[in-house]
Amino acid sequence: MCLAAPARVMSVLGNTATVDYGGVETQCRLETLTEEVAVGDYLLIHTGFAIRRLSPEDGEETLRLFDELSASLGKMEGETNTA
Amino acid sequence: MMPSSSETRITQLHGAGGELMGQLLDRLILPKLGGAGTERIGLRALDDGATIACPSTADGELVLTTDSHVVKPIFFPGGDIGRLAAAGTINDLAVMGAQPIALTLAAIIEEGFPFANLERIIDSFASTIEEAGVQVICGDTKVMPAGDVDGILLNTTGLGIAPHAVSDADLRSGDRVLLTGPIGDHGMALLAAREEFRLTTRLKSDVAPIWTLVSPLLKLRDGAAVHAMKDPTRGGLAAALNEMARKSGKCIEITESAIPMRTTVRGLSDLLGISPLEVANEGKAILVVAAEAAADALHALQQHPLGVDAEIVGTVTDEYPNRVILDTEVGGRRFLDMPLGDPVPRIC
Amino acid sequence: MSPSFHFSDPKRGKALADAIRILSPPGPFKIVHVCGTHEMAITRNGLRRFLPEKVTLLEGPGCPVCVTPASDIDTAIAIAQAGAILCTYGDMIRVPGSKLSLDEARSQGCDIRTILSAADATAIARETDREVVFFAVGFETTAPMTAVIALDDPPPNLSLLVSHKLIPPALVALLDLPDNRIGAYLAPGHVSTIIGTKPYETWLDSRLVPVVVGGFEPLDILYAIALILRQHRDDLPKVENAYTRAVDREGNSAALKLLDEVFEVADVAWRGIGAIPSSGLRLRQTLAHVNALNRFDVDLPAEQDIIPGCRCSDILTARAVPSDCPLFAKRCTPLSPIGPCMVGAEGACSIWFRYGGERPL
Repeated sequence: MCLAAPARVMSVLGNTATVDYGGVETQCRLETLTEEVAVGDYLLIHTGFAIRRLSPEDGEETLRLFDELSASLGKMEGETNTA
Repeated sequence: MMPSSSETRITQLHGAGGELMGQLLDRLILPKLGGAGTERIGLRALDDGATIACPSTADGELVLTTDSHVVKPIFFPGGDIGRLAAAGTINDLAVMGAQPIALTLAAIIEEGFPFANLERIIDSFASTIEEAGVQVICGDTKVMPAGDVDGILLNTTGLGIAPHAVSDADLRSGDRVLLTGPIGDHGMALLAAREEFRLTTRLKSDVAPIWTLVSPLLKLRDGAAVHAMKDPTRGGLAAALNEMARKSGKCIEITESAIPMRTTVRGLSDLLGISPLEVANEGKAILVVAAEAAADALHALQQHPLGVDAEIVGTVTDEYPNRVILDTEVGGRRFLDMPLGDPVPRIC
Repeated sequence: MSPSFHFSDPKRGKALADAIRILSPPGPFKIVHVCGTHEMAITRNGLRRFLPEKVTLLEGPGCPVCVTPASDIDTAIAIAQAGAILCTYGDMIRVPGSKLSLDEARSQGCDIRTILSAADATAIARETDREVVFFAVGFETTAPMTAVIALDDPPPNLSLLVSHKLIPPALVALLDLPDNRIGAYLAPGHVSTIIGTKPYETWLDSRLVPVVVGGFEPLDILYAIALILRQHRDDLPKVENAYTRAVDREGNSAALKLLDEVFEVADVAWRGIGAIPSSGLRLRQTLAHVNALNRFDVDLPAEQDIIPGCRCSDILTARAVPSDCPLFAKRCTPLSPIGPCMVGAEGACSIWFRYGGERPL
């Protein structure tokens, strides 16, 4: 129950932002968003309403978490195998 | 050619076979479609039929195809019903391996239809068939009372000659599967254009005649390279691949990351929750090619303006007969099934 | 989607698959998720291929249209038959009530429209004098949007037929069912964006099952599964957030405030499951003026939700998989659906039928 895709903010006017999904532009409403919004931010949007602000740094942090888990378990397995 | 003020809209009289219909043909149809052709009795003769010289059996087989066109809206980003009708029929011939040699065009028009719109549609039709080097040799016009038909309907029949006609069913284990370009453009462009979605995009339909794109491949290896072809129209790539798998009894395995796709199509897919693999394409073909000829076939496609983004996307196997498998980008695997109906945007 | 948020590269996929393999449990282990979008992502990306043999991953009641009671759909149809314009999300259109679906009612002449956003219902109401009713379905991700239009100067001809449900109580209800054998929950990412991770602590405090909130990219889901298996290996069940870029502990305060202002919690029925206490939302008295139930005189008896022989109940409660149902893919197919799990695009049976389900490829 969660289809929400991130889009980039192109402009903001009152309670509405114009956003771009990689070549498709549309409007979204901001009343359901807690954070402040600026042009260039990314928004997670569900049924035309923003629910979360995202930044590319968030994306990088996510990848870091994936890699950290894989590395720690891989290392563990390496240790177990040599035990 | 400007219509007089009394002729800004189509009326019943235009379809009645009399003076006004003659004027419609003279002033709109013939100037755009009635170019000099090789027929002994051609469109300009406005006879009861048109003639074509019989080819000899050495030339191969005649291929006949017919389509009715009901697209709404009739003018859409990248094209209109005229271009769609012309390209659709030319492409059906093309994926049968047949050179188009003649088309028919029948129009059923609602009384009150704007003349200017009809002119636009005929213009589109004319320029599209010129790209493929084929002419309309006969046609028909009917005008229905207002409300009995929605705007305009077109029917086109195409005749082609194939030295060796190519079906959509001759898949052999080891064959490679090629796509001529990015998938999902037409279907997604039409969805995006729906007013109630309030979307703005530059995405256009890919509607285009592909005869000149595929014809060089039919000569590869003396005609032995291309085993099967299909154009992925309604139901998209998923429907077309499944039909090919079922008819041949083979399995088709596709690499998801190899499928060419525009960023905008992906964006629309994320936004609407509709898969680009299940929407129509109107200027693309699937080719199933002998493995040893695949690289040459790809190269040949990429030399043509409509084929610059062509890719090899899969292989024919025996693993799951009658099914299509997708190797997903992340490394998973799943069936790519026949779509069930018109895609509906979802929120969940 | 911007490349920054598209997480599906095969190298990391393999690394996380290796992590999952290393964490493979010794015995059978059932993970349950409650989100149709999770099931779509899992099936479309073929992620079950990465699961160790003893680990099963099932969808519980995660398809909101599947768990909307037939009587709610019947009420919506009755309102449309009374002459109102009935708007709802596309997912809802083909789900059968006790007799008809909204789609069938539409072909019989009712004015029923698919909308992409609650805001569209307001726009439609502004363009007509007729009564317009928004059939508001969905979980906590979708309810705040209904709240916005309820408060945003709604036109006098707009009213709301509310059928929103809440996830955390359902998670508890499932654990209370006999034979549930639920080993862990993969919690829904965007519901959690709204409610935060705290409610899972509150509701599942004493239940001692791992709860990991997961995102929707293929790597997000693999990562969440790995965290679940790690908790299981270490026997340290807790609420863990695997979707930190979109979820925090406190949730989305603006959205939560909207929910609180417009709705109150109610005991509601879930199709195929029955009544779950405190698991639904209804409009507060202060919003009575936009409540469609006050505006339309529709009093329908509760009808049979599930046809005998159909195992949607067990499937919705994650105690059976679609292929366990004798009707699955035989009498019950997406083109001739019998139960709600087959009709909803995000229903387990519909997804299994279309994408090959759990069959290992």
